[in-house]
Amino acid sequence: MPDPQHPLLDIRNLVIEATSYPPGEPPKTVTLVHGVSLTLEKGKVLGLIGESGAGKSTIGLSSMAYGRGGVRITGGEVILNGRDILKGGAAGLRALRGREVTYVAQSAAAAFNPAKPLMEQVIETTLSHGLMSRAEAEVRAVDLFRQLGLPNPETIGRRFPHQVSGGQLQRVMTAMALCPKPDLVIFDEPTTALDVTTQIDVLAAIKRAIHETGVAALYITHDLAVVAQVADDIMVLRHGRTVEYGSVQQVIEAPREAYTQALVSVRSIDHVEKPEAPPLLSIQNVTARYKGTNFDVLKNVSVDLPAGQTLAVVGESGSGKSTLARVITGLLPLGQGRISFDGRVLSPDLAGRAPEDLRQLQMIYQMADVAMNPRQTVGTIIGRPLEFYFGLRGEAKRQRVQELLDQIEMGAGFADRYPAELSGGQKQRVCIARALAAKPKLIICDEVTSALDPLVADGILKLLLDLQAREGVAYLFITHDLATVKAIADRIAVMFKGQVQRYGTKTDVLAPPYDEYTDLLLSSVPEMKLGWLEQVLAHRRMEGAGN
Amino acid sequence: MAHPVMKMVAQRVALGLLLLLAASVLIFVGTQILPGDVAQSILGQSATPETLANLRAELGLNEPALSRYFTWLGGILHGDLGTALSNGEPIGPALGKRLANTLFLAGAAAVIAVPLAVLLGLVSVRYRNRWPDKVISAVTLATISVPEFLLGYIVVFYLAVEWRLLPSLSTVYDGMALSERLYAVGLPVIVLVLAVLGHMMRMTRAAILNVMQSAYIETAELKGLRPFAIIAKHAFPNAIAPVVNVVMINLAYLVVGVVVVEVVFVYPGMGQYLVDHVAKRDVPVVQACGLVFAGVYIGLNLVADIVSILANPRLRHPK
Repeated sequence: MPDPQHPLLDIRNLVIEATSYPPGEPPKTVTLVHGVSLTLEKGKVLGLIGESGAGKSTIGLSSMAYGRGGVRITGGEVILNGRDILKGGAAGLRALRGREVTYVAQSAAAAFNPAKPLMEQVIETTLSHGLMSRAEAEVRAVDLFRQLGLPNPETIGRRFPHQVSGGQLQRVMTAMALCPKPDLVIFDEPTTALDVTTQIDVLAAIKRAIHETGVAALYITHDLAVVAQVADDIMVLRHGRTVEYGSVQQVIEAPREAYTQALVSVRSIDHVEKPEAPPLLSIQNVTARYKGTNFDVLKNVSVDLPAGQTLAVVGESGSGKSTLARVITGLLPLGQGRISFDGRVLSPDLAGRAPEDLRQLQMIYQMADVAMNPRQTVGTIIGRPLEFYFGLRGEAKRQRVQELLDQIEMGAGFADRYPAELSGGQKQRVCIARALAAKPKLIICDEVTSALDPLVADGILKLLLDLQAREGVAYLFITHDLATVKAIADRIAVMFKGQVQRYGTKTDVLAPPYDEYTDLLLSSVPEMKLGWLEQVLAHRRMEGAGN
Repeated sequence: MAHPVMKMVAQRVALGLLLLLAASVLIFVGTQILPGDVAQSILGQSATPETLANLRAELGLNEPALSRYFTWLGGILHGDLGTALSNGEPIGPALGKRLANTLFLAGAAAVIAVPLAVLLGLVSVRYRNRWPDKVISAVTLATISVPEFLLGYIVVFYLAVEWRLLPSLSTVYDGMALSERLYAVGLPVIVLVLAVLGHMMRMTRAAILNVMQSAYIETAELKGLRPFAIIAKHAFPNAIAPVVNVVMINLAYLVVGVVVVEVVFVYPGMGQYLVDHVAKRDVPVVQACGLVFAGVYIGLNLVADIVSILANPRLRHPK
């Protein structure tokens, strides 16, 4: 029985280490968490926030005494319901996991077993810990499905994970976590992988479920605006240490530490849009579909991009924004319409394009680490386009690589390093240098900052803007993140279901009156403001009632 | 509209039949059309021109190859495998009896080997890199590395000669009771199990270890499930497709590749039958055996394909 005198969870001086085994070298042990302490009362929500590598997931999982890979808890105490779970042994942990503490993962799509129907997985712990009969557990699961606003709550449990959408799956995972009536749920970035308009619904469902079941929660995220909507307290972490720990009000409205202030005021870039100019890239009435399908992924898309400017293409997954990039580069031949670039019409397919067209149109991808050959050094990677397009060799090539490394604010020492030795932000910088090496007139940036932490992403955006000012290169910037758009765009195209919903200069697009979809999109972006979620939902309900 | 899985399965079956047809062409070309005279090779160097001419006429070798092929194929489709040259009897009944013997031996070995291999694979994953895993790996590797005839003689020496548990000769005859028959094939079954266990066990282990990296295995661990339950309930169902493929290749081997074991234990199966008739240059029998072996191989791989399709929840339950 829980002792009313003690908090539900009391973590004291937690130290977590990880051992890695790099090939050909002695094992390396690094400390991930350096003596972090926290307490959580019954029914409260604590937000753990920080950038990647801050140790937030590691700390969250430590409350189930679980370490991923070679991660071990080497010091401190994790006291749950009055007893130290680190001393419970394997059997004690099995009794605790999935019973007292449950877990909601970032990617529900990966966290569900693809071979089993949802219901079986949702009620699995409730049955394995002997809490209820199968019939009772199924009734409870259906109640939770209903509570979380899932469609067809009676029958959705019979479906397989691939048969429901990502947002629904995340809610089913929340139901799975709540089913055994735990004392504590760990939410590990539960809405990060979702589209912004889906995120708001899932966030509201999770918040309501926490409220109605009275469960305590650790809510892990890198997005301060999201955590401000659900948490009672916030702990800001960096490099495995506590930076700031206080009530949500204090941390959001009066942050004490410089690092927290930086997080709160991130996206400080002030970009003034450039004046109208004749287009460098002109896309006219383009329609495209993938081979073997009878469905247009792009429908009658027309947009222009002037030289040296940035066109942001915004949309959610499935809106056709990456397909547009494939059509422009010629990877996917367009069906109808035409694309002109620098005064000439581009051949619809890659094979028909002149080498000069290829050189002037470069691309940077979201996943920098898979866009580089892991067995080539940075120097080789950047040097390749120099050789290929300009025939540079030897000393000339080395010097140009050096210049490019300087441009991306990385030193000469990086030329001999391999991609695996770089951080996420550095990898993306190398990809930018590789694109620049071709001296292009247009770079297509496909979600280039989406996989990066906010502060690092900011650095990349600033670099891109700098390079644009110096080199006069134009960007077609594909993103789902409206904050990024505001920071860098001169023009914006909002895409929805393969069509351009709204297009114009930044000022025009971001000013009312909005069309219905743009309004939904803009109002769904979490704001760093307490009570924002309730305001938006109340506003939407009123509008819904008015219709 | 028919279920998409039905369509895929139908495609596989059609492809299998096509493949079998191609195999029949290869077998026919290999035995009858390649350079060299069939009649000559049957009768040997000492044959007189008259006997050669007679045999050619008897075999229909003076007909064009294409019409001979279709006559042969037509006969097979009507269930007529032709007549053996060595004794002039129809091939069908003799081969049928031998095939039944081989399938009995292979079936008995498979019934033991497949569940045992999967179970050992699961145990290996449960104790990976610890001593049970290492022992299982070492033993199964050793048994597939030792030649089968040697394995055969080792089990004969201990189980038949020293301890007198099982008969060293696998004599079977019509009207034998099932228990007697199983007793008779005890030793060859043991040898075959040891010969195929290693591949299947290692594939099961590798396929499950691959699945164990998935995020949903972490979910299962965080649910507080027992390690063996995680492996058997959450990992194995997602590893069926690769495992089934290796199982089927090994089952095919049990049918097609057991010549040595049959010889060691003097077991009247397909392997011995084929070898005997190759020695006698009995071309129609060799052709019939070839076709049966091809059918077994293609059939078992077809089953593997179909099981893999059925094991995929995305295909079984489309959106």
